[in-house]
Amino acid sequence: MAKTLYSELAWLPRPAAMFSEACKAALLPEDGIGRRLRALAGQALDSNQLTKLARVIALARTKGSSLAPLVPFRLGVVSNSTTDFLVPALVATAARHGIALECIAAAYDQVIQEALAPDSTINRAKPDAVLIALDHRGLPFRPAPGDRDAADRVVDGVVAHLDAIRQGFRTNCNAISIVQTIARPPEQLFGSLDAGMAGTLDHMIQTANRRIADGVAAGKDLLVDVARVAETVGLAHWHDLTQWNLAKLPFCDAMVPLYADHVCRVIAAAKGKSRRCLVLDLDNTLWGGVIGDDGLEGIKLAQGDAVGEGFLSVQRFALALRERGVVLAVSSKNNDEVARLPFQKHPEMVLREEHLAVFQANWNDKASNILAIAEELKLGLESFVLLDDNPVERDLVRKMLPDVAVPELPEDPALYARTLAAAGYFEAVTFSDEDRKRAAFYQDNARRLALQKQAGDIDGYLASLEMEITFQPFDATGRARIAQLISKSNQFNLTTRRYTEAQVEEMARDPSRWTLQVRLADKLGDNGMICVVICRKEAAVWEVDTWLMSCRVLGRRVEQMVLREMLDHARREGAARLVGVYRPTERNKLVEKHYEQLGFVLARTEADGATVWHLDVASASVPAAPMAVRRLGFGAAETAAGLAA
Amino acid sequence: MVASPDIYDRLTEVFHDVFDDADIVLSPQLTADDVDGWDSLTHIRLVLSVQKEFGVTFSSGEVTQLKNVGDLADLIAKKRDVQAHA
Repeated sequence: MAKTLYSELAWLPRPAAMFSEACKAALLPEDGIGRRLRALAGQALDSNQLTKLARVIALARTKGSSLAPLVPFRLGVVSNSTTDFLVPALVATAARHGIALECIAAAYDQVIQEALAPDSTINRAKPDAVLIALDHRGLPFRPAPGDRDAADRVVDGVVAHLDAIRQGFRTNCNAISIVQTIARPPEQLFGSLDAGMAGTLDHMIQTANRRIADGVAAGKDLLVDVARVAETVGLAHWHDLTQWNLAKLPFCDAMVPLYADHVCRVIAAAKGKSRRCLVLDLDNTLWGGVIGDDGLEGIKLAQGDAVGEGFLSVQRFALALRERGVVLAVSSKNNDEVARLPFQKHPEMVLREEHLAVFQANWNDKASNILAIAEELKLGLESFVLLDDNPVERDLVRKMLPDVAVPELPEDPALYARTLAAAGYFEAVTFSDEDRKRAAFYQDNARRLALQKQAGDIDGYLASLEMEITFQPFDATGRARIAQLISKSNQFNLTTRRYTEAQVEEMARDPSRWTLQVRLADKLGDNGMICVVICRKEAAVWEVDTWLMSCRVLGRRVEQMVLREMLDHARREGAARLVGVYRPTERNKLVEKHYEQLGFVLARTEADGATVWHLDVASASVPAAPMAVRRLGFGAAETAAGLAA
Repeated sequence: MVASPDIYDRLTEVFHDVFDDADIVLSPQLTADDVDGWDSLTHIRLVLSVQKEFGVTFSSGEVTQLKNVGDLADLIAKKRDVQAHA
């Protein structure tokens, strides 16, 4: 992902199948066209797909349909190159940023004429802004290697040419200009000498770009730093000589989606549609590992540690964003006190509680939590970005709250910060003292909010995940992982009994034990082994010696499916009662009500605070969760008995 | 260098995608005159999409010499053959 992060807009989800059909279907019903177009544009689309989407947007316009809540913006486009492929890309990409863009393109290579003639196509159209898409071939660069005076005059001439265009549009149609910096061609005249020698194209473009950027900053026009985008993907990939020769395409067609995104970010920022709040997940996003299981000593966050540095870079970037006015919040599936520990006590943490406006650590779904954060901060959902390493959480929030931006993240945490930055969610066109102080305005007291409402049909979302649960008894293949879970799990662990691998092997062979290893996969990936259960079988009673689960799969009703499986086996072996025990520790308060929620009845509470629960096997009935069930390794007799799913 | 059926199949997909029309049927003699909307710009889009789909690059000279779909399919076959033996 590292090399194509930018050119393929890797932070955007890949398009769903049947994109063409989905575009056409977006036009009906009349209500909500704008939302559907924005959702379609929220995927990583190539040139052809952007063209298809632009066609549908044009159709919607011809029919006079409302594109609300997309905000209208009229953009003139002038260029020394072919703009026919840029225009549809701009229109479709603008929808991604909440803008209903209308483009008025001038005829080929009519730039200064369009600006200066009061009755030109662009001036008559009176757009909100004009994109001046000029590259080095459309500007008066004349090489003068080694001649500083001549070089200065050439650069003056280039800047004056651009200023005349900008002034022309300002005077004739009151439009601001969107000015581009210039991408250097990869060729150099001398080599490394070009960088320091006035009058080489290299040197003149660099000088001109500095003057262009400074000049735009001083006025009301906007800047798109095309030179920077080109350098980020590499000048060799940006420029394409054959495409210029064939059709005067300004740069490689494969870069059009990226270019369009950068232009649209600037327009959206100018219309106040940049994002303003970054919601951060904690485990495996801000630090390596799970705080509830690994503890302060176990999470990976050390400077100089190969893994820890990646997470530190996320924290540093988040802090830098806060310094420029982006609000930070936390939303994590964790116990609140445990989640705050690293912020309070870990010496390597860069982020502290005082940097966060809201701190939501609970066991509810993230969509409901983000809703609560939005209401508290009085910001629309369109202002939010969620950074989360878990693809299931990302998918859930995208589906439940489509206005929230949720970047795709690569496997390697070292690239999380770069990916977030590459997405450009927080693009700005101004920076003031008010921005600097904004974070303080939200009173960073890391407050915890009560959840007022649910974000939507979570069960429906779970069903759409196409989950598959696999039940097996302990075996040699799973042994190491079973032992690891037994020794590492702290939060979702009812009795916290620790066993060695040797003991695990013994239990697998012990007829007085019933053992279970559980795997969970869904359409987004395979979670591997996520639950371990050991029961002691004593005559008609099965006591649950061990029940632990990975917190990553909380809220998916795995517990219910595991109980169903336990009951099935218990029934067939003639057990009358299941007994569950909860042994409280510092870390497992999460499962205090586990047996109660599964329908067990409290039998007694012991002096040390442990609770014992009973479930009558014959009468117990546990509803199935929406997932497919696979069984392996239980033996022919049991599978033949036709265990119900 | 005759273009295989596999090339025609994938080329058909590209045409369907670029023209947004699933009814187009390709034949070696098919030219721009035969297809609605096949103007010089769509032609460029077609060439770019073909390059992307087949992982090949054409020179300007090769592109300007194409007269019909058969020429295009043959050019793809030639490029792939060259790449296979490189």
